[in-house]
Order: sequence, then structure tokens, then C-alpha cells
Amino acid sequence: MPKQDPKVRARNFNEVALGYTAEQARAEANRCIQCPKHSCIDGCPVEIDIPGFIKALRDGDVPEAVKILKDKNSLPGICGRVCPQETQCEATCSLAKRGAPIAIGRLERFVADWERANMKSVSSPRAQPMSTGKKVAVVGSGPAGLTAAADLAKLGHSVTVFEALHVAGGVLMYGIPEFRLPKDIVQAEVSYVASLGVELELDSVVGRVVTIDELLNNGYQAVFLGTGAGAPMFLNIPGENLNGIYSANEFLTRVNLMKAYRFPEYDTPVKVGRRVAVIGGGNVAMDSARCALRLGADEVYIVYRRSEVEMPARREEVENAMEEGIQFKLLTNPKSFIGDESGQVRAIELYEMELGEPDDSGRCRPIAKPGSEFIIDVDMVVAALGTRPNPLVAATTPGLETIRWGTVVTDEATGKTVKPGVWAGGDIVTGAATVISAMGAGKRAAASIDEYLRG
Amino acid sequence: MYKILLRQDLVPDIHLFKVAAPNVAKKAQPGQFVVIRIDERGERIPLTIADWDREEGSVTIVFMEVGTTTHRLALLEAGDFIADFIGPLGLPTHIEKFGTVVCVAGGFAVATIVPIARAMRDKGNRVISIMGARNKSLIFWEGGLRSVSDQLIVTTDDGSYARKGVVTEPLKELLETGEKIDRVIAIGPSIMMKFCAKTTQPFGIKTIVSLNPIMVDGTGMCGCCRVSVGGVTKFTCVDGPDFDGHQVDWDLLFARQRIYLDEEKRSLEQWQSQFSCSS
Repeated sequence: MPKQDPKVRARNFNEVALGYTAEQARAEANRCIQCPKHSCIDGCPVEIDIPGFIKALRDGDVPEAVKILKDKNSLPGICGRVCPQETQCEATCSLAKRGAPIAIGRLERFVADWERANMKSVSSPRAQPMSTGKKVAVVGSGPAGLTAAADLAKLGHSVTVFEALHVAGGVLMYGIPEFRLPKDIVQAEVSYVASLGVELELDSVVGRVVTIDELLNNGYQAVFLGTGAGAPMFLNIPGENLNGIYSANEFLTRVNLMKAYRFPEYDTPVKVGRRVAVIGGGNVAMDSARCALRLGADEVYIVYRRSEVEMPARREEVENAMEEGIQFKLLTNPKSFIGDESGQVRAIELYEMELGEPDDSGRCRPIAKPGSEFIIDVDMVVAALGTRPNPLVAATTPGLETIRWGTVVTDEATGKTVKPGVWAGGDIVTGAATVISAMGAGKRAAASIDEYLRG
Repeated sequence: MYKILLRQDLVPDIHLFKVAAPNVAKKAQPGQFVVIRIDERGERIPLTIADWDREEGSVTIVFMEVGTTTHRLALLEAGDFIADFIGPLGLPTHIEKFGTVVCVAGGFAVATIVPIARAMRDKGNRVISIMGARNKSLIFWEGGLRSVSDQLIVTTDDGSYARKGVVTEPLKELLETGEKIDRVIAIGPSIMMKFCAKTTQPFGIKTIVSLNPIMVDGTGMCGCCRVSVGGVTKFTCVDGPDFDGHQVDWDLLFARQRIYLDEEKRSLEQWQSQFSCSS
């Protein structure tokens, strides 16, 4: 897959992966042996007819490939970019055993991008479904909410999506950077969902401007909660409130959602650190580190308490980060942050770590080596430690059951919560996970809501 | 898009907008705020709600021209639109029959203390209000605050109107008279709130302040607005904006409010340069 040169791309926000040409796409589609087992579909959380769209592509019928792909996946341009296909459909591909699975993700992206460039009407040419007269409220316009809304609209229900921010998309807009997922693509796919008849109410913070019970008492027969896991976690160590220490959410929201990389043309600022430490090892940490680099940092460190193999980030993004010159300080964890008289962070005191017995995540528990403390100079820190559900909806919805860190309890197969008329899916249920698993949950909940509404 | 229904220029650099926002108006409570964004390139900034009309579907905000966003906001007239108007956010001020409540407003915070004073009085409290500004030209809504208070004391730093001095002086005098005061609400610039809290501390009277750190989303997702209260980190937008003034780490708040001084200056200079004569 062609990519921008690492030295060049480390200083711009343009998309890193350049996408297949038509010839490359057709050649790759030809490689698919169209095996009868089609185990690729088993690996797909939204059950795309993968051999189907690949066959259409192979035969040169891209519009047909679009139709097959979008029958199951309303956000293919997004999934083609951010889905970890290497652990899903490409891992179960029959050719994976021979070390050369079909590049399904690249093909999905090609088909989605081709549609956006070539097909005039945003909505696929199909008959409008018969209206059922039922109304559903979807809370949150991230991948779970958009998918549930699209599927419910296709089934004829009247859907309104309530979004707290001033644009739709959730993490797709505020979290994942422009160079991994261009925002105009996200908005094009949001427009597609709207074209299915879905109403979008932006600037609407459910839990403040309206509660779930008020929705249920005011014309909505069912509610789907897709509010995500948007509350940041901090380390709770000394110095964490010093200036220059950001949660990844704040940093990425300033850069991606508010376009602070174009300050002062755009009004929202962000600090451009010279020596930046990003604490964490997931996709959000990689995104944060790569944004800091692009803003102009001289040195960017990933500080992660376990070793490379335990890092939860997509392998591809770790490699991209390394190619761009980000330095990895593994088996390292912060002890405290050190600041100057003006309250600005100047250094981090770190421990060296070693791996002990596995903890409840199944990974080896990192233990600080006593006496191993050392200090590195930094002028900016991004804490990318993970996120938890924002407690606002649960706190204002009597009868909703939550556990542990505020995730909503649901029936796994249907997304039903214990509160009548209320479903939930995505990060609000699982904690921070992937776009595609949120979409799968949105699909399952839509099917269950549809069944409920039809009595 | 939210239409500006009315614009009033209260005093130099302080303006009032009444904005059409029926859903926000329906739910607004004293002490809550909204986050606004003027347009596509604008920042998101918090502004406390000064008033609302549930029937008309309008929310009133009062703002002072300080940086780029408030200067840009001041260019809008009635009939213009604001791109985003999100709220009501934050926890409402705790209103209860305490007994006697002293409401202290510094500068343009008189706008935001009026609904609180009104709600306290409606609940049966005796309300003593103190409002202060730098000089006579900056005094506004005196009549408004007087109409919701049992007693009103007005101060100007330079003595050009009413009583000379800062708001903490009449506050201290009230406390020293021995009159039973059950609660103090102090809203204004952070340094003013800090000194109000310091003034009441020896008397052991619960003092509520409304903190004003930098914010981005205002809904609890980013942590930009974090403050330290009683040694515990809190998010102003969801745990506040009201906090116990005796527990607030004021130095941390001041430091965190200064983080973007350079960028704010740069942004304002860049914005103002488009108005300078080219010839």
C-alpha cells in the first residue's frame, strides 16, 4: 500500500496511506480464490459479503461492489481506514495460512473512495422503505449511533440522533487524526446516513437538555445509547495538573475537531511542545504522538509500562510511528511530573518496569523496579491511558444498570439494557474498543429494536 | 444556528445578547452556563447564563470583550446568528432556605448573580447583595440586582460612584456586625473570588464560588477545566462550576488560566491587524 514518505508526512496532516489505484485493486481482487468456506465473513463484525464485493471488483463492476458493501456497512470509507482487518477478516482469510491474506481492508477503502468520487447521489438508489410510524432516539453520533440509526431508517422507522458536540461523528471527528481518517470523508458518510431520513440534532447534551425518560415520555418508543467512553483517565500522580499536561482527549479534540494545527487561522490554540512525552501504548497514544510530531515537536516519546508485544495499538500504526521517528521508552512508567515556578511541566520522573505475573487483562503485570527512577526533560505530556464512559447519561437515567467504571449492562446478543425501551452499544458497554465493534453492536441493537417495535 | 434576538451595550466593552435557544431556555437553572461557537473557525467558549425566558424560548448571556472570540462576538448584531449554543451545562447552584445569603458580584458577574439572588429570595432567604466595579462607567444592572435583594451595597474602586473601595470591605463589615449570615456566594474574576473566600474563612461561613477555568467541550470529556478542590482533582464543567471557595487551590487555577497567554495575544494581534489601515 503506497504511503507518504515518513520524513515528509511527519510534518503534514495529509493522509498517510495513499490508497490503491484501480489496477492495484483489480489485481488484488483477482487473487481472491472465492473459496466456498468464505471464513472472511466470520471475521467481520458487521458481516459484509466480502467475497461478493471482491468478485464484483474483479469483474470490473465497481457500482455493484459498492451496493454489496453498503448493504451491510454504512461507513465503508471509515472502516476501510481504521478497522484492524489484520486481526479480523484478513486473519480468517483462507490465504492467511499461507502468509498472504487478501488485503480486504485496502479493497474496502478503494470501493468506498471510488463511490465518493464517482457516484453523484449520496443515497443508494433504492425505494424508500414504508414508514412504520415508530420513532427511535439515538444518543450519540459516533460509529455505534450512526450505524444503529442507518439500519433503523432503512427498516422504515423515524430516527433522531442527539449529538452533544457541534458536529456528528464522535471519535471519528474528535479522536482519530486527519492523517488517518480525513474529516471530509467522515462528514460524507454522516451525510449518507442523514440521506436515509435520519434527523440529526447537534449541540444536544442528553442528560442536560433532555433526559432519557423525557425522550421515552415524549414520542420516542425506543432509545439507543451510543454515548461512547469519552471521559479521560489520569494517572493521579503528583504534578498531573501542571500546565502542558493534557489528556489525549483534550489534545486530540483541539487538534482534530477544532483544527488547532491551523491556529491562528482557526481560533483554538494548542501548545506546540518541543519535547513531548505521550503516556500509553494504544491507538490513541500513537495518534497523540504522531500529532505532536506534526505540530513541530523536536522529540516525541511514547512512554509505555509494558513491552512492545503487549502494546494494544494496531501494529501498522506502531510501525508508522516508528518510521516517523517517534522514540519508544518501553517498560517505563511515570512516578511524578516536575514543574517550574510558573506551574509549567519541565520534566517527568520515571520508573523502569519489569513484567510479573499476568493480571486480569491476561497480560503480564508491570512492576516498578525500586531505585530505578530517572528523569527526562519534557515541556509537554499527553496522558493516553484510556477512557471511561461519561457518567452524565447514567446519572440522569433511573433504572439503567452500570458496573465497574460506568459501563452499561446489556444483553450481548441484542444490546438490550435492563431499562425497558432502552438499548446500548459500543464503548458505553465495552469500554474503549474499536469503531467496527461499535458498529456491530449498533447493528445488533437495531435488529432487536426493530423486532420490539413491530411487536 | 441560533438567532440573536436582542443586543444591548451595557457599558463599554460589556454586551448583552438575548439568543433564541428554546431547548436550553426550557431547562436553564441559576449557576449554569452555555458553550458557544461563533462559526466554523471559532473556539468553543463557556459563558454563564444571565437570564432565560422559557415561554419566549430565549437565553440571555452577558460577556466582556477580552480576547479574539469575545471581540468577534461583539461585532454581531440582533438578527445575526451564532453557529452553536450548547447547554445548559454544569450543575445548577444549590438553592435552599439557608436563612441569610450574601451575594457578592465582581465586575460583569453582576449579570450572573442576579438569577441566583432571585432564586435565593424566592426560596425565602434574606438576600444581601454587594456589587463592585472599577469605576462608575462600568456599573450596570444595579436596579436589577436591587430588585431581587433585601439590601444592596454598591462599590467602585475609585469612589466615582456609591461607596469607595472593593467588595471585600463591605463583606467584612457585614460579617463583623455579628448578623447571622448562613451562606456567601461570590462570583467574579478569580482573584476577587479568592479574596472573598479569604475574607469569610475566619468566620467559618460556607462560601460558594463559580470557577472560570479555560474550557473546550464543557461536557466532561477533555479535562482542560480541571481544578483542585480539597486536594482532589475536579472537572469544573461537570463537578462545578460551583465549588467551596475555602477548598479551592487558587494558585493552580491562576496558573492554568495563564497557559495560553502567548497564543491569546498572537490570535488577538492577528485579528486586529485586519482592521489596521493599509495605506
